[in-house]
Amino acid sequence: MKVTKVKALERIANKIRIDIVEEVNQAKSGHLGGSLSCTDILTVLYFNEMNISPDKPKDLLRDRFVLSKGHASTALYATLAERGYFPKEDLLKFRKFESYLQGHPDMNKVPGVDITTGSLGQGLSIANGMAIASKMNKAGYRVYCLIGDGELQEGQIWEAMMTSSKYKLDNLCVIIDCNKLQLTGETEKVKELNYESIEDRFNSFGFNTITIDGNNIDSVMSAFSVAERTKGLPTAIIARTVKGKGVSFMENKVEWHGKAMNDEEYKKAIEELKTKERSLEDE
Amino acid sequence: MNSKKLIATRESFGNALADLEDDRIVVLDADLSSSTKTDIFEKKYPERFIENGIAEADMIGTAAGLASCDKIPFVASFAAFATGRCYDQIRASIAYPKLNVKICGTHSGITVGEDGATHQMLEDLSLMRTLPNMTVISPSDDVSTRKIISEVARHSGPTYVRLSRMKTPIIYAENEEFEIGKGKQIGNGKDATIFATGDVVCEAIKAQEFLKTKGINVRVVDMYSIKPIDKELVLKCAEETNNLISIEDHSIIGGLGSAIAEILCDEYPKKLVRMGINDTFGKSGTPEQLLSHFKIDANAIIEKVKEMM
Repeated sequence: MKVTKVKALERIANKIRIDIVEEVNQAKSGHLGGSLSCTDILTVLYFNEMNISPDKPKDLLRDRFVLSKGHASTALYATLAERGYFPKEDLLKFRKFESYLQGHPDMNKVPGVDITTGSLGQGLSIANGMAIASKMNKAGYRVYCLIGDGELQEGQIWEAMMTSSKYKLDNLCVIIDCNKLQLTGETEKVKELNYESIEDRFNSFGFNTITIDGNNIDSVMSAFSVAERTKGLPTAIIARTVKGKGVSFMENKVEWHGKAMNDEEYKKAIEELKTKERSLEDE
Repeated sequence: MNSKKLIATRESFGNALADLEDDRIVVLDADLSSSTKTDIFEKKYPERFIENGIAEADMIGTAAGLASCDKIPFVASFAAFATGRCYDQIRASIAYPKLNVKICGTHSGITVGEDGATHQMLEDLSLMRTLPNMTVISPSDDVSTRKIISEVARHSGPTYVRLSRMKTPIIYAENEEFEIGKGKQIGNGKDATIFATGDVVCEAIKAQEFLKTKGINVRVVDMYSIKPIDKELVLKCAEETNNLISIEDHSIIGGLGSAIAEILCDEYPKKLVRMGINDTFGKSGTPEQLLSHFKIDANAIIEKVKEMM
C-alpha cells in the first residue's frame, strides 16, 4: 500500500500529529517539539518510500529505518500505529509501566521498530552495518537513518560518515532533522554548527547532499527519489524543519523540546490540528 | 602443561576465526588487525572483513547493524578500546537489544607489558560482567581459546572474549572440550583451590606443581567462563578444600574474584583470598617483571598458599 498523492500524505501526517499530542498528553511526558518536526519525513517514509509490510515486520528483505534521535519515539510509534503495525489505542500506554511502548524504541518489544535506539550518536553506525549487510547479501533493501541536528555534536556520527562513504553505501539515506533547537537552546550556539555549512560538511565527507524544506511532503518525496537514483555514494538529506511544527504556540519554541502540556495547552493543540484536519478534508 | 611451546591466545583466536565455516560471520577491526590477529581471517575471507579504522564506537554500531540483519559480527580491538572506549555503545546498541555481536578484546591485563597503563586493561571483566545479557569468556591457552571461539560462534547473544598478548604454555590436550558456563578443574588437591582465569592460569599450575613437591596439594580451577560462571564447581571446591584463592590479571574489583565472592556470600560463606591488581593502574615493563611486581605470578601464589597453611 503506497500512498502517492501529496494531499493524502498531508492528511496522514496531520493524523499522526494528533496522535503525538494524545500520546504525550496521557503520558504527561515525552518529546513534542522534535517529534512534530520530523512527522512529515516519517509519513513519507512509511506511507510512500519504504518497501515494508506491517504483517511481515521481520521480513529479511524489508527496507530498514533507524531513528537515531530515539527520543522522537512519540512520532515513530504514532506513525507505526497509523501504518497498522499495532493498534492505535496502545498509543495511550506510551511510557506507562509494563507497556511495550517504552520511552525510547525497543526492537524486541515494538513491531516495526528495526533497531533499539535512545543513546544519541549511534544510529548512523548501525545504519551502515545494515546497509553493508544488504550489499554483502545482494539483498537490495535500502536503509534510512534519521538524525537530529543537535545529535551532530556526537563525534560518532562523523566516524560513521567516513564508513558510509568508504563503503559507497548508495543504499543508505541519512536525513538530518534540522529544527535548529535542542534542549539547552539554539543548536548553532550550543556548539559551533553554522547551518549554511552542513551541506558542505556532508559533501566533504563523501555524501551526495540535498537540502530541502523537511516539512514539505512534496520536497521530501522528491529528495528520496533523488537518493534512490544516486549510485556509488550515500545520500544525506538536510531537512530544514520547524520544531513543534503544526501546533503554532509550540513552533520554534525551545521549551517544547521535552515538556508536557497542561489541559488548556492540550485542548488548544488538538483544536488547531483538528481544524487543519477539516481544512485538508475540504480540499 | 607444555611449557616448551608457547602461543598467545590472540594468535589462537586469529587462527580459530579463520577456521570458522559459517559464512554469516563478519570480522571488524579498528586498525589493529596485525596485532589482534584478525588479519588471518582477512587474508582468507577479504569480502567478509571490515576495516573500520580507528573508530571503536563506530565499529560497535556497525556490528550492531550487521547483527540486526542476521550477520554474526566478531569485532576486535585491544581490550581497553574494545570495552572501555565504547561502553555505552555496547550497553545501548548490543547488550540491551541482545544483538548477536562478539566483542573480542586482545591485549588485556598487565601482560601487555611495555605499552604501559593506558593499554593494560584491568577493568574489562568488571565492565562487561555487569551488563545484562552479556556472556563473558576468558580462555587460558591455545586449545581452550580455539575450542571456545567455535562455541562462541554457535552461541547466540552478546559475548565478550578476553584475550592476551603474552605467549603462554599449552595447558590442555587437543581433545579437551570447553562449554560456556563451565569451569575446568585441574587436580584434586584438598589443601586449597586456586581459581584462575586467562593468562595467569599457567602461573597457578606452575605454583601447583611446585607446591606438590613440598607436600601441599592444591587444585587449580580454570574459570574460562566468567559469566555465566560455574556455580556448582565453585561450591564443590568450597566444600572440598580448606582454602580458597582467586587470581586474575585484572583488578580485584569486579572480576573473577568478585564473581566467586558473590557466590560464596550468597550460598556458602567462606573466606576467599583475592589475588589480582589491587585497585591501581599498570605500568611499563616486561610481562615477567610486571607479573612479579603486581604479585600475580607463580611465586606470589606459592607464598600466599604457604601463608595460609
